[in-house]
Amino acid sequence: MSFYQETLGYKEFDYAQFFNRVTREDIGRILYQNRLSELDYLALLSPAAEECLEEMAQRAHRLTVQHFGRVILLYTPMYLANYCVNQCVYCGFGRQNPIERQKLTLEEVAAEAKMIAATGLKHILILTGESRQHAPVSYIRDCVKVLKQYFTSISIEIYPLAEGEYKELIAAGVDGLTLYQEVYDEEVYGQLHLAGPKRDYRWRLEGPERACRAGIRTVNVGALLGLHNWRSEAFFSGLHANYLQNRYTDVEVSISPPRMRPHAGGFPPRVVIRDKNLVQYILAFRLFMPRGGITLSTRESALLRDRLLKLGITKMSAGSCTAVGGRILGEEPTGQFDISDDRDVRAMAHMLYSQGYQPVFKDWQTLE
Amino acid sequence: MQDLFHIGGKELTSRLLLGTGKYASNQMIPQIMEASGSQVVTVAMRRVDTDFEEENILNHIPGNCVLMPNTSGARNAQEAIRIARLARAAGCGDWVKIEVISDNRYLLPDNYETIKATEVLAAEGFQVFPYMSPDLMVAKELVKVGAAAVMPLGAPIGSNRGLKTKELVRILIEEIPLPIIVDAGIGRPSEAAEAMEMGAAAILVNTAVATARDPVIMARAFGMAVEAGRAAFLAGPGAARQYASASSPLTGFLRED
Repeated sequence: MSFYQETLGYKEFDYAQFFNRVTREDIGRILYQNRLSELDYLALLSPAAEECLEEMAQRAHRLTVQHFGRVILLYTPMYLANYCVNQCVYCGFGRQNPIERQKLTLEEVAAEAKMIAATGLKHILILTGESRQHAPVSYIRDCVKVLKQYFTSISIEIYPLAEGEYKELIAAGVDGLTLYQEVYDEEVYGQLHLAGPKRDYRWRLEGPERACRAGIRTVNVGALLGLHNWRSEAFFSGLHANYLQNRYTDVEVSISPPRMRPHAGGFPPRVVIRDKNLVQYILAFRLFMPRGGITLSTRESALLRDRLLKLGITKMSAGSCTAVGGRILGEEPTGQFDISDDRDVRAMAHMLYSQGYQPVFKDWQTLE
Repeated sequence: MQDLFHIGGKELTSRLLLGTGKYASNQMIPQIMEASGSQVVTVAMRRVDTDFEEENILNHIPGNCVLMPNTSGARNAQEAIRIARLARAAGCGDWVKIEVISDNRYLLPDNYETIKATEVLAAEGFQVFPYMSPDLMVAKELVKVGAAAVMPLGAPIGSNRGLKTKELVRILIEEIPLPIIVDAGIGRPSEAAEAMEMGAAAILVNTAVATARDPVIMARAFGMAVEAGRAAFLAGPGAARQYASASSPLTGFLRED
C-alpha cells in the first residue's frame, strides 16, 4: 500500500459533478467542523467556496496562530548543480535548454554557505538537477558535511532517492526533504516529462514516503501550479501530505503551493492560477490540516507574500537565488526560474516584525 | 506565613511557569514575565541561536528568571537526551523539561520514551521535568527514576481547551509525592485557578498568553489566577454540598433532649 493506490481510488472521480453539488451551506457546515474528511477538503476547493473566502481566511488565521504562533521560519535555497538528464517542458534546467551547466566545488559550497550564514539564516535548502553522473549522492553527502558547519538544518530538493540513499544523507546531517510531484494527474505527468528518469511517475510519487521510512524529520510536498487543473492538483497535494502525516506521525509534513514563473525554455503555463485561487488553496489546506506547514517561496511577489502571510503560511524563503553559485559568482548565471521577491533576509525580517510576526532563523538543531 | 515553592533545588514565590513560543517578538518576554510575576521560563532548545545576538531568545530572558530549556522536537528518548545535553553545554543550567512527541497530529507526549529520557538525565544530575499524559503508573515510574516534578497535560498542547484531564490529574495530586505541574491545554485564568485549587503545585502556560489579544494583560491575569487558586487551596474550601443545608433537619430531634 502506498499513496499511489490512494490516488487510484480517485481515478474515475467526476470533479465537475462533485463541484456542481457543493452549496454555500455545505461550506458553512464544513467551516465549523473540527475534523475535515477528504471530500470536505475538496469541497473547500470548489467554485462554490470562492464565496466564502473571508470566512475561511478568518478561521485559517486563528488556527495558524493557535498552532504555530505569530512566527515564520525563514530559509533560503542554494543551488549546487544544474546538470540534468530530464526533459521537463516547464523547467529552465531541462536538458533541452542550452544554458551553461555548472556544479559547485566544495570550496565554492563553503564560500556561498559563509555568505548565507552571515545573514543569520540557519535553515538551508540545497538543490540539484537530476544527474547521478554530475551530482551523485556521494557529492551531495560531501556538500552536506561542509554545510553542517554553517547551518543547523539542511533540507534537500534533489532527484528522488532509494530508501538506503535517504538514510545515507540523513546520517550525514540532512533533516528535511522537499520533493514536488509537479503534476499528480498521471496522464498529464506523462505529457510534460518527455525524457529521463523523471518519467517514472510512481518512483517520484513514493519518494517522500521512502524518506519518511528512512527517518527524515520534515517533508514538503506539492504540485507545480499551472500545469493542470489547480483544484484537483491542490486536492492531491493535500491528500499526499495527509497520507504521510497519518502514517509517519513523527514527521513534520508541509506543502508548498508554487506557481509557475518565467524560465529558460519559455513554456507557458497551461492553466492560469489567479491570486484568488492560490488563496483558496492555502486556506482550504490549512482547514484540512491545521498542523500542516505551508511554505511560500519567492516565486510570489513581495506585495502578495506580505498579504498571504496571515492566511496560514509557516515558512518563507528570503534572499533567494535560483542559479548555481549565484551568490558568489560575479555575473548572474541563468537560474531555474525568475524570482519575484528579491528582498534580502534583513528586509524580510523587518517586514515580518512590522506585520506582528517573529522571524525565526533557527527551529532545529542537527543532533550528532 | 509565606508560601514558598521548593522545586528542583530552588525556592520560588511564584507558581506560574511560562513558555516562550508563539510570540510576535521575543522582546515581549521581559514584560510578560514581569506582568505575570513568573520566575520560571521554558525555552525550546531547537530555537536557541547563540550565534545571533539580536535574535537569540536567551538574551531576552530576565536575569532573575530560572531557565527551563525544553526538548521540543525530540521524537524519542535518544533525541531528548541529546538536546538536554546540548542545553547544558550551552550554559542553560541543569533544569530540563522533557518533551518527547512522536505524533504531530495531536502532539501528545510519548510517556514510554519520556520515562527513558528522564531516567538517563536524572542520573546525569539534571533536574528533570517530564511533560506527560496523566497516567498514575507512568507518574509513579517517573518518581522512581528521579524526576523533579511531574507535568501532566490538561488538554492537548496549544488547544486552550482547559482542564479536560481533571480527574486523572486529581489522582496524580493525591498519589504522587512530587509537585504536580499542570502543563499544556490551560486556556483561561479560571482554569488555572481551578487546577491550583485542586492542589496542583504550579501551572505552565504558553499559548493562552502568547496568542491573547493583549499578552501582557493576559499574563497578569494568569499570575493573579494562580495566586488565587493557591490561596484557596491553602485556605481549605468548605465542602461542596449537593443540596442547601435544610433549615428543618430531619434528625434535629436528636439534639432536643
